[in-house]
Amino acid sequence: MDTTTVPRNARPHPHIRTLLAVGATALAIAAAAATPLNPAPQQAKAAGSDGKRTLTVAVSQSVDSLSPFLAQRLVSTSVHRLVYENLTNYDVKDNHAIPGLATKWEPSPDKLTWTYTIRENSKWSDGKQATAEDAAWTFNTMMSDEGAATANGSFVANFKKVTAPSPTKLVIELKKPQATMAALDVPIVPKHAWEKVGDFSKFNNDKKFPIVGNGPFVLTDYKVDQYVKLKPNKQFWRGAPKFDELVLKYYKDGDAAVAALQKGEVSFAANLTPAQAASLSKAKNIKVNDAPGRRFYALATNPGAKSKDGKKFGNGHPALLDPKVRQALFAATDRKTIIDKVFQGHAVEGEGYIPPRFAAYHWKPADGQKIAYDPAKAAALLDEAGYKKNSAGKRVGKNGKPLDFRILCHATDPNDKAIGKYMQEWWGELGIGLKVDCLDNVSDPWLAGEYDLAFDGWSVNPDPDFVLSIHTCAALPATPKDTGATDNFICDKKFDELYAQQTAEYDETKRADLVKQMQSRLYDTGYMNVMAYPNAVEAYRTDQIKSITTMPASGGNLWGQDGYWSWWSAVPADADGSSEDSGSSTGLVVGIGAAVVLAAGLGVFVALRRRSTAEDRE
Amino acid sequence: MSTASTTPLAEGTADGPVPVKTGPSGPRARSARAYLLYVAGKLGGAAVSLFAVLVTSFFLFRIIPGDPVRTMTHGRQVSAEQLASLRRQFGLDLPLWQQFTDYCGKALSGDLGTSYQFHAPVGELISEKLPATLLLTGVAVVIYSVLGLWLGTRSAWRHGGLGDKVNTGVALTLWSVPSFWLGLLLIITFSVGIGPIPGMFPTGGMESGDASGFAYVTDVAHHMVLPVVTLVAVGYAQTLLVMRSSLLDEMGSDYLTTARAKGLRDDLVRRNHAVPNALLPTVTMVFINLGHVAAGSILVETVFSWPGLGGLFYQALSVPDLPLVQGLFVVFAGAMILMNLLADLLYPLLDPRVGR
Repeated sequence: MDTTTVPRNARPHPHIRTLLAVGATALAIAAAAATPLNPAPQQAKAAGSDGKRTLTVAVSQSVDSLSPFLAQRLVSTSVHRLVYENLTNYDVKDNHAIPGLATKWEPSPDKLTWTYTIRENSKWSDGKQATAEDAAWTFNTMMSDEGAATANGSFVANFKKVTAPSPTKLVIELKKPQATMAALDVPIVPKHAWEKVGDFSKFNNDKKFPIVGNGPFVLTDYKVDQYVKLKPNKQFWRGAPKFDELVLKYYKDGDAAVAALQKGEVSFAANLTPAQAASLSKAKNIKVNDAPGRRFYALATNPGAKSKDGKKFGNGHPALLDPKVRQALFAATDRKTIIDKVFQGHAVEGEGYIPPRFAAYHWKPADGQKIAYDPAKAAALLDEAGYKKNSAGKRVGKNGKPLDFRILCHATDPNDKAIGKYMQEWWGELGIGLKVDCLDNVSDPWLAGEYDLAFDGWSVNPDPDFVLSIHTCAALPATPKDTGATDNFICDKKFDELYAQQTAEYDETKRADLVKQMQSRLYDTGYMNVMAYPNAVEAYRTDQIKSITTMPASGGNLWGQDGYWSWWSAVPADADGSSEDSGSSTGLVVGIGAAVVLAAGLGVFVALRRRSTAEDRE
Repeated sequence: MSTASTTPLAEGTADGPVPVKTGPSGPRARSARAYLLYVAGKLGGAAVSLFAVLVTSFFLFRIIPGDPVRTMTHGRQVSAEQLASLRRQFGLDLPLWQQFTDYCGKALSGDLGTSYQFHAPVGELISEKLPATLLLTGVAVVIYSVLGLWLGTRSAWRHGGLGDKVNTGVALTLWSVPSFWLGLLLIITFSVGIGPIPGMFPTGGMESGDASGFAYVTDVAHHMVLPVVTLVAVGYAQTLLVMRSSLLDEMGSDYLTTARAKGLRDDLVRRNHAVPNALLPTVTMVFINLGHVAAGSILVETVFSWPGLGGLFYQALSVPDLPLVQGLFVVFAGAMILMNLLADLLYPLLDPRVGR
């Protein structure tokens, strides 16, 4: 073959060289960037080189919206807690309602009209006075605009009329009595900044900064999935926060967030796994906070799904309609082992529906009422219910069918899987089969009533109304095709009667008593049994945060509080030795980095020289 | 869908420059016409593929079980009226055929709908995150393609030697390492620091948030180092192996012996004669990889908290946020179609026999 034909195909050659040069340059830039020429911005120190004290919190959840009318996720509502005041706040010690934007509130004798006195010393961050008119406008907008009701519409569903007769007086008229009027978790927004919004369902409030608010912090900057920056509101009536800046920084991976905490890049990280907590508890300058959680973790049974119009649907196991079978299953579940082995001690054994953290409403079963772990009793109950063991050791019903259940498990939750394995073993010994169905999206079979059992869990508010309401008959779907607000199709007349009473009970002690009776009823019916209250496990750097308020004040948690107490109260640590330590190594690394860049540059130069002379020779 | 990989590839033989007659009826005009026809065919194919993607994306994600409105409000205080209102807001109360015609009409005018969970236009959400993904995976693909080409060439040229064995061994080992695990190791070693190795890189993110101008560029470059190194480490083996094997196929060819017989230096024979002929399979792969650039790498983006499309896709799927899933699917598939189209259009230039 004639070699003169080759150069035609050799045309890409100059491109390769260019690519090589680009690659070499990229590597050189990477190497150059590797030297921490400017390490200061990477270190979220309590006191930076400019003296600015920044509190950096690692978060993982994306902000769904910065509009309080749309935001539903914990990270967004936590930000709104810091930026806007609600009418009332929760006491840091015992969660009772205390003044927020309102200083006083009282119901009329007929229980249908509530009058709030709005404080005179709350200003919007643009200097204007916060008034009752702002509150009335916020509620009226939610009542009249579907888009504005997206996040908090349920709070105003029972409102008839909201007016502001004077700048300090807000009047809310109700359709029927509502005990949660001192627990309206609705951020009040400035009317003058929001009344120009056209479509509330699409306005995300994330284009213009700073965002006008009247909370302890002012939102100054936000970049999707990168950071949310807040500065103290110097005019905040309760006093300005102590840190110069609060930054929520994104770490999508929990281990990376822990690494950032160890390095000092962030001051705080939440939602730690037992392994992470164990490793951090040995680290210097880090305090692990293992606080009572606000969630419960329960075993739910399908009570025979049906809609409000009385139509049955789904395919729940009929054996579970027998209270003895439900009781047997719970008696054969060793909650202590679950706490010790699965949660590795970072949880409390479950009893009532409301976690002990909310002391006023927490309920415990009486001695004779309590279903303790007792496999022998469970076996006896199953025998009584007519499910006797056959020769193969399987429990069999009167129809000759073996007792086999399915349990819905969240594929993303390792606890569900682990507990499912234990239950297979415990129930297996009793002669019951269990299939653990771990799915990414459990909602579909759940809503269709196509399950026997399910791992269930809710975060509880200081006011328990909502988590109780999801077990009322009113929460069932209208027809099998609809979706109701129900959690797992429980519909019990006695429970409903108690629910209606507590909704209308304005005496706190009497209401708490009714709430406890409801939990007792829920426990006895056994459609839902709480196995554990998982702890909130989190950690912070003591060399950045000197002190910080937990909620409850003694032994409580920091992230996702009902209020702004943690970040508002945080006091920066004065000492900052971390930059000293890295000084010498920084010099070393800069030196190494420079040498690498020099060597890479030299290499590229020599290579190109060789090439050009080679071509000349050709 | 037309794919670059189905296009015939050049073999060891190569065509010489053909003496051509000039003039409207000459071979050059014929070949130009043939090229135009070829281009038109490929463009048409790409358009049809894109339409197929639009249709598929609508119905495919309707098969995913779940009630999006209920799922996205799960764990929140919502009334049945609110759920119904949300359904109305997102058009989920309409019959499927009507949802489909609405979707097609809007998509043709460039409107990919509104995300359920972020209440923002899908196009806006994607364009917000696309640059970060293009930057990270783009740089990584360029580096690992170049590195793979270079090391693959070296390995093949001295195949069987110690260098070749070490090269392919290291590459294969890194290729089998899970990227998130390697990423975490790099974070622990070079971000937090171990022993004498100081923590010199950020643990995650794309920027520190307080730099501007040139400082911003170096800040982003600093944040990019570890994720790029991770992607390159687990990715370069592929290019290396393809380049190595296609160059090995060339090595025994007569034209190389002829080139050597002419007295050309060994590395000139390699660079100017062997490599260009062995390049086509690698070019195909580089383009396919470039097509993947838009999709990014979910795992590496997650470990390094990189604010790109990978994470967005994961969030969209977990709801499921149908408009967002559909929009991302169209963008990812569109990028593949575009890259295949570019590869198809480039082939006749690299190998004149293609497209005749």
